[in-house]
This record gives sequence, structure tokens and C-alpha cells, in this order.
Amino acid sequence: MANDGEDKILEEVTGKAYEFGFTTDIDSDKAPAGLNEDIIRLISTKKNEPEWLLEWRLKAFDTWQAMVEPEWPHLQYEKPDFQAISYYSAPKQKKELASMDEVDPELRKTMEKLGISLEEQKRLSGVAVDFVMDSVSVATSFKDKLAELGIIFCSMSEAVQEHPELVKKYIGSVVPVRDNYYAALNSAVFTDGSFCYIPKGVKCPMELSTYFRINESGTGQFERTLVIADESSYVSYLEGCTAPQRDENQLHAAVVELVALDDAEIKYSTVQNWYPGDEEGKGGVYNFVTKRGICHTRSKISWTQVETGSAVTWKYPSCVLKGDDSVGEFYSVAVTNNMQQADTGTKMIHLGKRTRSTIISKGISAGKSQNSYRGLVQIMPNADRARNFSQCDSLLMTDRCGAHTFPYIETKNPTAQVEHEATTSKIGEDQIFYCLQRGIDEEQAISLIVNGYAKDVLNKLPMEFAVEAQKLLAISLEGSVG
Amino acid sequence: MLTIKNLHAQVEDTPILKGLNLEIGPGEVHAIMGPNGSGKSTLASVLAGREDYEVTAGSVDFDGTDLLDLDASDRAREGLFLAFQYPVEIPGVSNLNFMKAAINAKREHQGLEAISAKDFLALVKEKSALVELSGRLRDRSVNEGFSGGEKKRNEIFQMAMLEPKFAVLDETDSGLDIDALRIVSEGVNAMRDAGRSFLVITHYQRLLDHIVPDHVHVLSDGQIVKSGPKELALELEAKGYDWVKEEIA
Repeated sequence: MANDGEDKILEEVTGKAYEFGFTTDIDSDKAPAGLNEDIIRLISTKKNEPEWLLEWRLKAFDTWQAMVEPEWPHLQYEKPDFQAISYYSAPKQKKELASMDEVDPELRKTMEKLGISLEEQKRLSGVAVDFVMDSVSVATSFKDKLAELGIIFCSMSEAVQEHPELVKKYIGSVVPVRDNYYAALNSAVFTDGSFCYIPKGVKCPMELSTYFRINESGTGQFERTLVIADESSYVSYLEGCTAPQRDENQLHAAVVELVALDDAEIKYSTVQNWYPGDEEGKGGVYNFVTKRGICHTRSKISWTQVETGSAVTWKYPSCVLKGDDSVGEFYSVAVTNNMQQADTGTKMIHLGKRTRSTIISKGISAGKSQNSYRGLVQIMPNADRARNFSQCDSLLMTDRCGAHTFPYIETKNPTAQVEHEATTSKIGEDQIFYCLQRGIDEEQAISLIVNGYAKDVLNKLPMEFAVEAQKLLAISLEGSVG
Repeated sequence: MLTIKNLHAQVEDTPILKGLNLEIGPGEVHAIMGPNGSGKSTLASVLAGREDYEVTAGSVDFDGTDLLDLDASDRAREGLFLAFQYPVEIPGVSNLNFMKAAINAKREHQGLEAISAKDFLALVKEKSALVELSGRLRDRSVNEGFSGGEKKRNEIFQMAMLEPKFAVLDETDSGLDIDALRIVSEGVNAMRDAGRSFLVITHYQRLLDHIVPDHVHVLSDGQIVKSGPKELALELEAKGYDWVKEEIA
């Protein structure tokens, strides 16, 4: 049956390609710049996708065309020209460098400070490595172990081929196509991402990290991630890495969907360190991400994020607390320096009874950057005795940066309890001098003070991630007091 | 140990120290008294290397090195300690981690390895007994939520941990009740030895009943205008600072 379907699609696709004007002179691995239906069909064909997915993409494209790019964020940037982007290129071969000497010395310095091993530095910088056996064998034994437990952890493209029923059931179920401008765009043109499924009752014994599938496919400009935790299962998922990531693509618009079925728990941790641009903010990545999870009965989703990179960040990892007694958490440290701008926060939508949510947001602004927290806590009429606690703190490193808080609270149930606390403080010269007087140098002093400030969030990260994140905060803020 | 010659310092173009001379030998305890605005805390800040204070003339020799040539953290690593009048809070940074960072910074400066966890804990135990610092205070964030007296005890605890050659106590007695004053003073007295000197800055004679100085100096308008033995403090207490001013005039 499946074969029949595939054949049919293949036939249609091959038959139509010509009809739509594709000629052989098109570089088969790269689509021309621009976005139209043909391009979407090309992506779908290249990826050998089932027809329902193509239709879904096309519908998303229609939706997107009717939408406008949002103006409400506290961000200023030149709107990307969506017709100037190429939406498909085959899993690209990273340009290999012959040795570490060819790597940007600034990048090397940062990686060394982060304590990244030489092997890892080479891998991250795209230097040809003679011996990757270690990481390959780790990855392999890792995969075997997951398979034994019935855990599926693969690329989205692979999931579409191998587990279409799961993908079809859940994709777009948490972030609907028309949710927002960037989500609609992503739905139309996403090229890859990660897929994870934890079967009923299984506690995933290790942190799942995108690191382990980095060799299979590079991350794309329009990533799509779907994590499904079936009933009573547990998974901790790590995304990103602390190493600075440069990318030729300026625009990133990812979608992450989490589904926690009854009694399941998903812990999703992100460290984002995309290239923030130079001191004037030129050349940095625009990061427009839609992340949302849905919680069924008694389930729990925790988002923890450490955001230090990107020129522009627009990101609100959210929880829809649909099931009774479900729990949503959001822990965030967002650092902006130089000309960086971040508008980030969360949405907690309380639908079920006795649902609980916690928001802890720690913004750190340095240079001339602008850092905004934007949060929505919404208690719907049926959410009896729902509770929320929000704490939003801002730390200013200079007199030229900005911190803004936009908390929205909507309660439609009189039994709900919502608490909001907010503070803004400037890093104290007194604090730094106190450290200096004890023999601690300025760099370490700032690291201590900032990490102390962000401790409540960093504590939520898995151990090894937390250590790296601490170093990252210090490096991101080097020499930034003024 | 410390020789200050003709020290002039200003804050934002306002001269505060105007030719201060002071010599403190090894093992000596000197007290500096003086009215508000005489420059006592400025002297403490200048010695510790605070950047807002600009030294315009003079020299400070610290055990053979030019103190003014060092930045604040190097002065600390060379063995200069300032017990702050208003110790700051550093939320989220545990007192012990803070001390460990400080001790290791000093050890690195001396070419020593980082202190082992075992040695560190032994040191903490020994030194916290000195100022009756409870485990609760040791484990909390630096000075966060401490009472005034607890903060001052924590300063002395840190001093004991870092074992400086020379310590400046800047109005350590302010805001202390009589019990805390006793505890803090006993902590300081326990650290007095032939190789360690103290400069005790205070407003009141009261502290000097507990920490008995070898010399007392009166600071007025940025200069030391009178020096004498410990009895000078009592005389000041009885006659007030105006007496000194009149005497000079």
C-alpha cells in the first residue's frame, strides 16, 4: 500500500515538474532565489514527501501570503526580502578547512575560553578531522540504546519517510500553520529538523541532544522540530550549543512543537549563540522562532533557555496547559550586548483545572542593546484554581542599554491566583569593586555577579550544559560594564 | 609595612586628601579618628585602589612595592585587605564560592595551586569559629539578607580567611551592638601578630577599648594633624574634635 502511494506521488511529481517549467539547467541541488508554489513543490519532491505534506505546505504558503510581518515586537531591523532567499539547497557539504590555522582566530579564542576540546573545535569549525571515531562510536551506541527502548530520535526528513503516521498526526497540532507569520512561512518551506518520540511509560535514560545527529544533516534555515512524549514518559532534550555559530543565512525561522500526553514530562533546554553581528550589529542572525508545547492531563513541560546570540531574537516558548493538573515552566536568561535586540518571553495558556505555571525571566542588557520581556498569562474560564507565578528581572550593565517588560495577564476565572514580580537593577560598581578588593579580577567578578543573578535559571539546566552556559554568559559580557 | 608620603587625592576635582603622611610598622595597630568629611573613608578607598579616587601627588610604599602602581585586585593579592563600612550584597553568589575564588586568585598570584576542597573546608571551619559565623551565614549568598552586624562579622571572617599583611577596617564598629562589637574585636585581636598591621578607622573611641591601638592619629581636612599614644583617643572622646582644631589654630 505504502509503495503504491509513493509511486503515485513520484509519478505525479515527476510528471508535473516539467509542467511547471523546471528545466534541467537548474542546479539540482539549489533552488533559485524566491518563493512560490513551484519552489515548495520542488522542496517536497526533493525530499520525496507524501502528498498530504505537500498539500499542507501549499496551504501554509497561501496562509502566509495573506499575512503581514508583525510590527508589535520592540525590535528594529530591516525586514528580510523573502524573495531574495533560496529555500532549498541539498544538505550542504560544509567547506572543509585543512587545519585549525584557517579558522577565524576570534572564534578560536572564544572556543578555547569555553573549554571546548580541540576535536570538538575542529568539528564545529568544519576542519577535516582524521579521527572522529570517538564521537561516531558514541553516537552509534547511543542510537542502539534508544532503539532498544523504542525511542525514535531522527531527522524530520527521516521521520516523514519512516513514521509518517506520527508526523501527520502531530505536525502543526501545537503550532497551527496560521499561528503567526514566521510559523506559516516555516510550515511552507521547512527543510529539516529533529523528530523525537518517547513511547508510553519510557523514561529516556539520557539527555537527547541534537549534537548526536549533527553528522546526519546540518541545521537549516527553517528548522522544524517535533517532540512527542507518550503517556507517562519522560525526556530531557537539549538544543543548540554554546560554541559561537556562524551562518551564511541571516534569517532563521524555526518551529518547535512539543506534545506531552497524559502524565508525561518534557524538559527542553536551549543554549542559543548564533552570531550576533559586529559591534554595529552588521551581519548578525535574525532569529524568529515559534516554540510551543501542549500539556495533557497531569503532564509537565519545562522550557529553559539561555539566549546570548543573534542580532534580533523574537521568541516565546509557550505552554498550552490543556489537561487538568498540568504544569508549565519557563526559565530564561537572555543576554544582549552591543547592538543586539531581543524580544522574548513566554505564553502560559491555562485551560485545564488546577493548572500551574512558573515564569522566571532574567534579562541582561549590555552595550547599546535592547532587551524586552514579553509574557502572557491567560487563565481561561474553565481553569479553576489555576496558579501562576512570574518573576521578571532585568540587569543593566551600562547606561546606554535598555530593558523593557511587557507582561500581559488575562484571567477569566475568579478562583485563579496570579503573581507577578519584576525588578530592574544596574550592575553595581560597588559589587565589582568589592570583588576586586578580594583579589578577584574584573572579568571573573562580572562572571560571578552575572551568574549569581541568573542562578535560578542556570540551575534548571542539565549539569554539563549549565557549566558551559556559565562560561558563555561571562564571555558574552566581557568588558561590557560601563 | 606601609609608608604614606604627602598623599593628595581628589574625587571629581574636589581635593580631599591634602598631603597626608603616615608610617605603619609591622605588627602595629594604628587608629585614625576624625570628624565627618575629614577624609577617613577616602583614605581607605585610595589605599584599596578604588577608581573614582584620583591620586594627584604623593606615594605609598607597601612592604617595598609601590602600592599606587598596582590595580585594586593586585593590591588585594599582595596582602591588602579592606573591611568595608558598607559591605555589598551579591545575590546568587554563595559566600563560600566567593571566598574560594578570592583565595585561589591570591594563590595563583603566589604561584600556588588552587586550594583543595578538604583544606578549604578546614580553613572555613577554623576561621568561622573566630567570629562565631554560623553555617547558615556561610552558605548564604554574599551578605544577602544579612543584618548590619552579620555583615561586619562576615568582613572579619573574610579577612581571617585571606590572612592579609595589612588590613584597613573602615568604621567596622558602625551599626554594631555591644555583642557584635565584642565578637568583631575579638576576631581582629586574634589575628594580631608581628607580621600583620592594621589601620582602624573609626569615629568613636568605643572600638578602641576592644582593639587597643599602638598609635592614634587625628585626621582633619585631609591631613593628619595630631598623633599620639592610645590615650589620645580618650582625650578626644572627652574634649571633642574642636579641641584639636583649636590647638592647631
